[in-house]
Amino acid sequence: MAAKTQLLKVENAGIRFGGLKAVSDVNLELKQGELVGLIGPNGAGKTTFFNLLTGVYVPTEGSISLDGEKLNGLAPYKITKKGISRTFQNIRLFDELSVLDNVKVAYHSLAKHSIFSSIFRLPSHFSGEREMEEKAIEFLKIFKLEGSLHEKAKNLPYGQQRRLEIARALAANPKLLLLDEPAAGMNPQETEELMNLIALIREKFDLTILLIEHDMLLVMGVCERIYVLDHGQLIANGTPEQIRNNPKVIEAYLGEEVS
Amino acid sequence: MNIFKQAKFFWTSIVLAVVFAVIMQFLIVGGTLNQFYVNTLFFIGINIILAVSLHLIIGVTGQFSIGHAGFLAVGAYASAIITMKLSLPFPVALLVGGLAAAVAGLIIGIPTLRLKGDYLAIATLGFGEIVRIVFLNIDYVGGASGMTVTHLTTWPWLIGCVVLTVLVIVNFTNSTHGRACISIRENEIAADAMGINTTYYKVAAFAIGAFFAGIAGALYAHNFYIIQPTNFGFLKSFDILIFVVLGGLGSLSGAVIAAILLTIISTYLQSYPEIRMVIYSLVLIVMMLYRPQGLLGTKEITSFFKGGKSAKGGVQHGSKNTVA
Repeated sequence: MAAKTQLLKVENAGIRFGGLKAVSDVNLELKQGELVGLIGPNGAGKTTFFNLLTGVYVPTEGSISLDGEKLNGLAPYKITKKGISRTFQNIRLFDELSVLDNVKVAYHSLAKHSIFSSIFRLPSHFSGEREMEEKAIEFLKIFKLEGSLHEKAKNLPYGQQRRLEIARALAANPKLLLLDEPAAGMNPQETEELMNLIALIREKFDLTILLIEHDMLLVMGVCERIYVLDHGQLIANGTPEQIRNNPKVIEAYLGEEVS
Repeated sequence: MNIFKQAKFFWTSIVLAVVFAVIMQFLIVGGTLNQFYVNTLFFIGINIILAVSLHLIIGVTGQFSIGHAGFLAVGAYASAIITMKLSLPFPVALLVGGLAAAVAGLIIGIPTLRLKGDYLAIATLGFGEIVRIVFLNIDYVGGASGMTVTHLTTWPWLIGCVVLTVLVIVNFTNSTHGRACISIRENEIAADAMGINTTYYKVAAFAIGAFFAGIAGALYAHNFYIIQPTNFGFLKSFDILIFVVLGGLGSLSGAVIAAILLTIISTYLQSYPEIRMVIYSLVLIVMMLYRPQGLLGTKEITSFFKGGKSAKGGVQHGSKNTVA
């Protein structure tokens, strides 16, 4: 792996909705090339935390910075351009668009041809669109989706939809990829394939990955470090081995031991 | 998509449009076509522009706007001022009509497009009414009695504008910018997360749609000798909305076909104005019951020539958005 420079730094970040502290005082650091898990019981604030990172919510406290650049308050599309891309817990593909077009949308921010050149079909439109199409097809081959390029996204089987969502997120060319329960609803074989895929893309794209997951087998299997969130607060952080034996984590998941 | 095939299709359509335009021109000038049919033809042309421009806003970008008559009014009055008050030539009036409506689109779009669904619909409805009432109270443009306008809309200008509108909107839709708009319609949160500046594209679609509605307004004003604020009430907005919904939300050719059919129907129903809206409403109710996805549904007319497969690229879409 590459030199471990710091990529993401979250300091005391939190958000309150009215009087409710959904997430508070989260400190988290990701180094270049790491694969880190974020776990916690239902309602712990994991997805809310992702929404803070991607700008869907603006943190009411603390700061988030990527590569030393502050991200607080930036619009989601700007944060994507800075290099954070994500998938969603409940799949959010562009259902009526083809598989190919789904990926092309992610390439949009790289497009150089203007609205004007597209309307009047200037040469820059054709070269721009062709380049996009070739890149997208090349890209989809990595994900073994080249067989259904023109299929509408909603018609893909569930596992492939998950894969397409990851492909689309990667096409936006992120430094940091956030995966929100990528294995949700998958059978063990699909989960296995997913783990291989994650390992593959990590190597190929020199990525840093932060992963929310309930499938402990997957989390313990692939993550180098794990953060545990409960009631909006980080309660633990460490290697899978440490987390497995951490009494606070066990308490959060299973409840207190009866003495 | 196959660029060569696309280009071939493009040129075939252009040639067909030109041939059609020339034939009609001869028929009109030669007097073969009686005035009733000519009027209907002009009305159809104007309605196609309106339907297609609203299709960009509702069908492609998914922003449910029902104040389209407001843009029509802005274009109509702006162009009438240019020709009648300032005595400038008709082409200038067309352009100014379009630009004035586009500016109105920007002014109304920037604050309201942060609203979603029903809220946006209500806001745009309000905009349409405000425009009408403003013109009603400006004496410079004649107030309630309206403004008399010379008949300047000719067949070449009309068909030229129709072809231009369709071309621009098809080209826009079948590009990365159109895909950005469709992605907003499909899932705004995901579009945002993919790096699409959603506000920018919503406003852009709104402004382009308004621009062509303004051009339609200019053609409209110079076709009917008189324009009055009552011509641009919310019923007019609904007429346009019906074209888009009936044709199939997201299908440009559907919107065009619906505009043609309904214009013909309503022209023949003109002798019974009381039941015109009743029949309109009945058509819609029957449609929603038996074909909720609209006439063409998600498809384009071209896809039927390719063996029933849905056309690739932008203009193919969802029944999901049948908000009406």
